[in-house]
Amino acid sequence: MLKHRLFAGTVLVLGILVAYFVYASESKIYEKLFGGKIPYGRDILAKFPFKLGLDLSGGSHLVYRADLSQIKSGDTSDSLEALRDVIERRVNLFGVAEPIVQLEQGSIAGGTGNEQRLVVELPGVTNVQEAIKTIGQTPTLEFKTERPAGKEKDDIIKAYEDYQKSLKTGNLVFSPLLAQDPYFIDTPLTGRFLDHSLVEFDSTTREPKVSLVFNAEGAKIFAEMTKVNVNKQIAIYLDRSAITAPVVREEIKDGKAVISGNFTPQEAKLLVGRLNSGALPVPITLVSTQVIGAPLGEKALRDGVYAGIIGLLAIAIFLVVWYRLPGVIAVVALSIYVMIMLLVFKLIPITLTAAGIAGFILSIGMAVDANILIAERTKEELRQGKDISTSINEGFSRAWLSIRDSNISSIITGIILFWFGSSLIEGFALTFVLGVLVSMFSAITVTRTFLKSLGITSRTRLTAFLFSSGFHKN
Amino acid sequence: MFIVNYRKIFFTISTVLVVLGIFSMFYFGFNAGIDFKGGAIIEVVYTNARPDILLITDSVKKEFSDAHIQTVEDDGVFVRTRDLTDAEHTKLLNIISFDGKNQITEKRFNSIGPTIGKELRSKAWYAIIAVILGIVLFIAFAFRRVAKPISSWKYGLITTLALVHDIIIPAGIFAYLGKEVNSLFVVALLSILGISVHDKIVVFDRVRENLKLKISNSFEEIVGKSLEQTFTRSVNTSLTILVVLFALWYAGPATTKDFALLLFTGVFIGTYSSVFFATPLLVTLERWQSKNK
Repeated sequence: MLKHRLFAGTVLVLGILVAYFVYASESKIYEKLFGGKIPYGRDILAKFPFKLGLDLSGGSHLVYRADLSQIKSGDTSDSLEALRDVIERRVNLFGVAEPIVQLEQGSIAGGTGNEQRLVVELPGVTNVQEAIKTIGQTPTLEFKTERPAGKEKDDIIKAYEDYQKSLKTGNLVFSPLLAQDPYFIDTPLTGRFLDHSLVEFDSTTREPKVSLVFNAEGAKIFAEMTKVNVNKQIAIYLDRSAITAPVVREEIKDGKAVISGNFTPQEAKLLVGRLNSGALPVPITLVSTQVIGAPLGEKALRDGVYAGIIGLLAIAIFLVVWYRLPGVIAVVALSIYVMIMLLVFKLIPITLTAAGIAGFILSIGMAVDANILIAERTKEELRQGKDISTSINEGFSRAWLSIRDSNISSIITGIILFWFGSSLIEGFALTFVLGVLVSMFSAITVTRTFLKSLGITSRTRLTAFLFSSGFHKN
Repeated sequence: MFIVNYRKIFFTISTVLVVLGIFSMFYFGFNAGIDFKGGAIIEVVYTNARPDILLITDSVKKEFSDAHIQTVEDDGVFVRTRDLTDAEHTKLLNIISFDGKNQITEKRFNSIGPTIGKELRSKAWYAIIAVILGIVLFIAFAFRRVAKPISSWKYGLITTLALVHDIIIPAGIFAYLGKEVNSLFVVALLSILGISVHDKIVVFDRVRENLKLKISNSFEEIVGKSLEQTFTRSVNTSLTILVVLFALWYAGPATTKDFALLLFTGVFIGTYSSVFFATPLLVTLERWQSKNK
């Protein structure tokens, strides 16, 4: 008896602690409910917010198909990894909290088994056009040296002049020479040899600069280039347009170059980001776009929570009215169950979507079922004239088989869904399976301990009333 | 037990409902959502007053002839078209905002290519079939000790029949109502499977227990008694689930309203079939078996 009461007390205290944790880690809710800041552990608690899916928080979900036709079959996984890294870096430019970039394979079930896809999720980003542009662009970085004076240079300049003149007459003269820059010639040094780039600030003018660091091979080419071009210009082209053409003062051996255009800090940061991300190793095409505006998601979340609370209240009233004392205990067990689930969502953490919340609400149904089964079985034993504590014990052991088997079948369903399902179904299956597992614990451990710790052994009219159900007289 | 005694009436009701459901699915067909057949939807709200809907429709149809345009509340529109590229998406936004003259906010945009749609569709089928198979195998295993009077495989078989019954009827209703069939629809069907099998296992478990206790020599009586004993639990459990689903339908997010409605009918039918269809079918199977001996 004492053992049961001690255990029940511990469970109750733990339940209250969990509830405190869940509330207090949602500081907005806490402040609204109790006013003022959270008294204890504010910083730690703030690290465990609910993670909301895009459909509830708003954001963009993009699916790209990777074109692997140009990639040797042995290199596919490496190329895809590289692709993901590049996209990840570009996505990070948005400064979005926790973007998701992941590879996904078409399913064998769908007949698209060898299709490789890249899924990009941008929470909070609803300007999808800009996002798509940033993700898909291919920056090119080129270094060019001065074209020596001579016939070649004159020819190209002449070709340009002819073209300019022809614009006026309307009779256009094209020359293959137009494809070349009259003042600069291509060099082998391109963005391919770039190791990384970063933003620096000039120590005197405080102006932002972009510094480039080449890899070993690039450093060698760059040293060669600077050596023969002392006191000449080297032009740096980004996406085929010249951004700066500094004059070389001396040979640069360490493979470091600095671009000091008239950048704003923002522009410099953007340029560095683009240079670091480089060209995409695998071409991609957009196959699916989903954008959910934040207000829509917020409303969905509020409605979902509201519906959940109404549903729970209705269940609680029903349980107490119909099952009386075991009903009250079932309500306590259910509350602890809900709190444990919320804690699990926070700690793992599980991304909550509308479908995920539906799975959770459904698992509440299963948890209630376990309590109803136990209460009904206990009542049956009581009807046979057994005393209360025997009835509780018998009721439990008899209900257990049903609870076990029906929950195992639910878990099997959930696992199969998780295996086969698309991401939406996965979200549902995950919360559902977790819910069923936790509900088995709460029904068996919590409900049972509480009933036993009541310490009702004698069968009086009052206790018989408390343990029976419905509206008829016993 | 009157349910067992009058089982033929209930079998007839179930058969009629299933036939109606199948008829409805084929006659009305499913109104596939864009995630199943590919396509795009876009929802915007106008910052100021919404221009005349006819005007919007005309200008959109000029460029996107297959578009369907609907108004949403007082100041929004909802457009449904084939799947759109990024450029087409921008163009559509420009048309709806009349090149920025009427300011708009995009609430939601969704474009899904036909391959993804096809894939999701077949995945859904595989998931449903796999779940049913998994459940049959599990039941056959869980009831393996109960070989008499009917083998544990038959419990599994009956459950399958009942499960098919439980999803055909709500699916038929959805086809009749012309509700959109999308991934959430499949999630709902799968949840119906989950809840419905829960219910059947509880009743079958009672039959299993009563067989072990040998409360009667007649299988028919044992089944009847088991039904009686589990009846209150079946009704109460589904009532609580129905209440939650009603709350979800009434107050829940717009995206899960149809979901809740489908589950509501499914849970109702599922409970009905546990009590009035699957369990009496045990008796019928046992009768056939002893006749053929």
